[in-house]
Amino acid sequence: MSKPQIVKYKMPESQKDMPLGPSSEAGVIIEPNAGWRVMKPIIDNSKCVMCLKCWILCPDGVIDREKGTLEIDYNFCKGCGICSYECPQKAITMVKEGKQYD
Amino acid sequence: MIKMKDLTDKEYLYGHKACPGCGMGIVGRLATKVLGEKTIIALPASCMSTVTTQYPQMNYSVPSMTMAFPGTGAVLSGMSAGLKSLGVKDVNVIGFAGDGGTADIGIQALSGAVERGDDFIYVCYDNEAYMNTGIQRSGMTPYGATTTTTPSGTASIGEKHFKKNMFEIMIAHRIPYAATACSSYTTDFMNKIEKAKNIKGPAYIHVMAPCPTGWGFPSELTVEIGKMIVECGLWYLAEYENGKVKMNLVPKTLKPVKDYLMAQKRFKHLKDEDIKAIEEHRDSEWELIRENWMK
Amino acid sequence: MTNQNIVSSREFLNGDEAVAYGARLCRPNVVSVYPITPQTIVVEKISEFVANNSMDCEYVHVESEHSAMAAAMGASMVGARAFTATSSQGLAYMHEMLHYVSGSRFPIVMMNANRTLAAPWNIFGDQRDSMAQRDTGWIQVYVENGQESLDMIIQAYRLAEHEGIYLPVMVNLDGFVNTHTYELVSIPSQKEVDEFLPAFASKNAVDFNNPRSYCMSASTEWNMEFRYQQHEAMMNAKKVIESVDKEFGDKFGRYHGGMVKEYKCDDAEVVLVTTGSVSGTSRLVVDSMREKGLKVGLVKLRFFRPFPVEYFKGLKSRVKAVGVIDRNLSFGYEGAVGSEVKSAMYDSCGSPKVIDFIAGIAGRDIKKKDIELMYNKLLNLSKGQKEEELQFIGMRW
Repeated sequence: MSKPQIVKYKMPESQKDMPLGPSSEAGVIIEPNAGWRVMKPIIDNSKCVMCLKCWILCPDGVIDREKGTLEIDYNFCKGCGICSYECPQKAITMVKEGKQYD
Repeated sequence: MIKMKDLTDKEYLYGHKACPGCGMGIVGRLATKVLGEKTIIALPASCMSTVTTQYPQMNYSVPSMTMAFPGTGAVLSGMSAGLKSLGVKDVNVIGFAGDGGTADIGIQALSGAVERGDDFIYVCYDNEAYMNTGIQRSGMTPYGATTTTTPSGTASIGEKHFKKNMFEIMIAHRIPYAATACSSYTTDFMNKIEKAKNIKGPAYIHVMAPCPTGWGFPSELTVEIGKMIVECGLWYLAEYENGKVKMNLVPKTLKPVKDYLMAQKRFKHLKDEDIKAIEEHRDSEWELIRENWMK
Repeated sequence: MTNQNIVSSREFLNGDEAVAYGARLCRPNVVSVYPITPQTIVVEKISEFVANNSMDCEYVHVESEHSAMAAAMGASMVGARAFTATSSQGLAYMHEMLHYVSGSRFPIVMMNANRTLAAPWNIFGDQRDSMAQRDTGWIQVYVENGQESLDMIIQAYRLAEHEGIYLPVMVNLDGFVNTHTYELVSIPSQKEVDEFLPAFASKNAVDFNNPRSYCMSASTEWNMEFRYQQHEAMMNAKKVIESVDKEFGDKFGRYHGGMVKEYKCDDAEVVLVTTGSVSGTSRLVVDSMREKGLKVGLVKLRFFRPFPVEYFKGLKSRVKAVGVIDRNLSFGYEGAVGSEVKSAMYDSCGSPKVIDFIAGIAGRDIKKKDIELMYNKLLNLSKGQKEEELQFIGMRW
């Protein structure tokens, strides 16, 4: 998956390490959003026809299409459920976080 | 024309802290996918700046600058003028401002920048209230909506005025390109961003971005609600180019507004006569659209 | 591209024109301005330069002062050298942006024509507009005449863009008395200015090889450290102000005194602290009083931020009493400079003898006799006579 990854960011340790004014490296992500999720989307790839509706509509861009099948970056999925609701094939089910599923 | 398979897999906006199901998330993500990495973003005070630039987490991977609430148009002018004076070409300058930041506090700077003809893209993502500060009404809040500053009550219907029409205000500027869009119609929106990118001079895109938190609907319905607002005619997809307006999508018959309204908590208190008033207003607006733009 | 082949000359210019000539020599990439009396001549002159192809810049005709500064911020963020100018209500209107620009560390230079603030409405000069911007994080310098105006616009860019500073600089001219008064001004050649002020290579601007987010949010956990950094830069500026002024003096033959410029203070018993255009008149009064054998001196305060605390600490032991001419008033207390001077001079050995004179509000003339009266009051105080700490000079009654 080529989605942006969480990095371990080195924070300034003294005044001289501070950047010049409040600017910082773009595209730096230091923590996941997974903790927000109550419901978790599960893709059934056997039902998926790769229409990419979910891929394009995801507000967080967490669905990956690069391997030819869809994969979800659960680090950043907030569990909004748009993908599941919009899927024409009903290939994505929302499952309560923490519950067992196959 | 944008084709899904040609879109980059690279995410230029990722890991942001917007609420689950945020329409604005779709807007920011897809716009930057179309524009690519040679893009500079201006972000006035708004949901988008708040959820993308909390030190040291910077969710846009292209250069951006958070700036003053009223100044989006002027900052874009300055960026554009600066790049021009330095001889830098092929860089997109884009601002993402909310509806309040555009139609209320930012309208002066936007008007000035558009009138001057500076080269930039201005995206107003419209979630119909000041969402970042907790759902206070803006000049774009629709009639009848409950917000935290226009609460419905025994003596109040909620917001008492119909939405300001920013698209027409932009047309009055004879702007090179203006469009309305909706985060549910992604191809239409991305095509408009693509057009705006290639236009010389200012381009304005007003994109409806449903807000589950502020409008009161379950987060999985963001795209559905966005479709409903277009299908019932309370929003429309259009573009203005070469002095003419083109309607991109005209529903054969407009669906009843009631279904759209009742799907959201902010309209739940409306009575049948209120809904009728909204429908009448919609019809008179569509009469104007047909009269002025569809003949 | 024009070829700004400006040769050195002497011209009869008013203060606003001197600012425009100074700005042109600095080759700003972007000038974003909005007209307001008494700054208008600056924006007119620069547009004339542009119209006649004698200045290379993008001139942005903004629709307000807030936008003037917002556009300058956008320009600086992409690496452009930016210039703007304003006055009074305009400065008040861009107040929010002043914080944004200094906090983001964009080295923008602005001329401000000091004019009083409404109400009651009035277009004439006092310094309440800029003094009220004390805490915006801008370096503030007050100039006396056309020559110093031109010189300080050039020096302002050197200061603003200095590696250890990266702060915006506001050059203040007294409305009308300086902005509209003509005098002979030496204009240096473009070549000389280019040698003194190299082309701007911002270290706080967009670089697509190293993309950054600017002016980001910093939480409570980090915000204070950024503020401290701004303070540090301001404190660094004290030394740089001195060295840049000296270097300017060596190159152009005009050294303006750094943070403060003394006049006949060596053996003075009482001194008067002035800012801006009233300094010239005050020197004449010093001369005439000196002829009478009175040991009076003058301290022209040039920089209000950073404030020359060390200078005033040292001044306390040298003189018996200090007066301040404040062309501003903080209602309910006293003048802004008076407060700063007093607090700088305060130490454990007791409080200094200071009289704060409020004068020249809304363009009211500060006459020689007014200044003489102030000196006499200071002399009384130095001899142990009682004087009010706050006095209004030149009032109708």
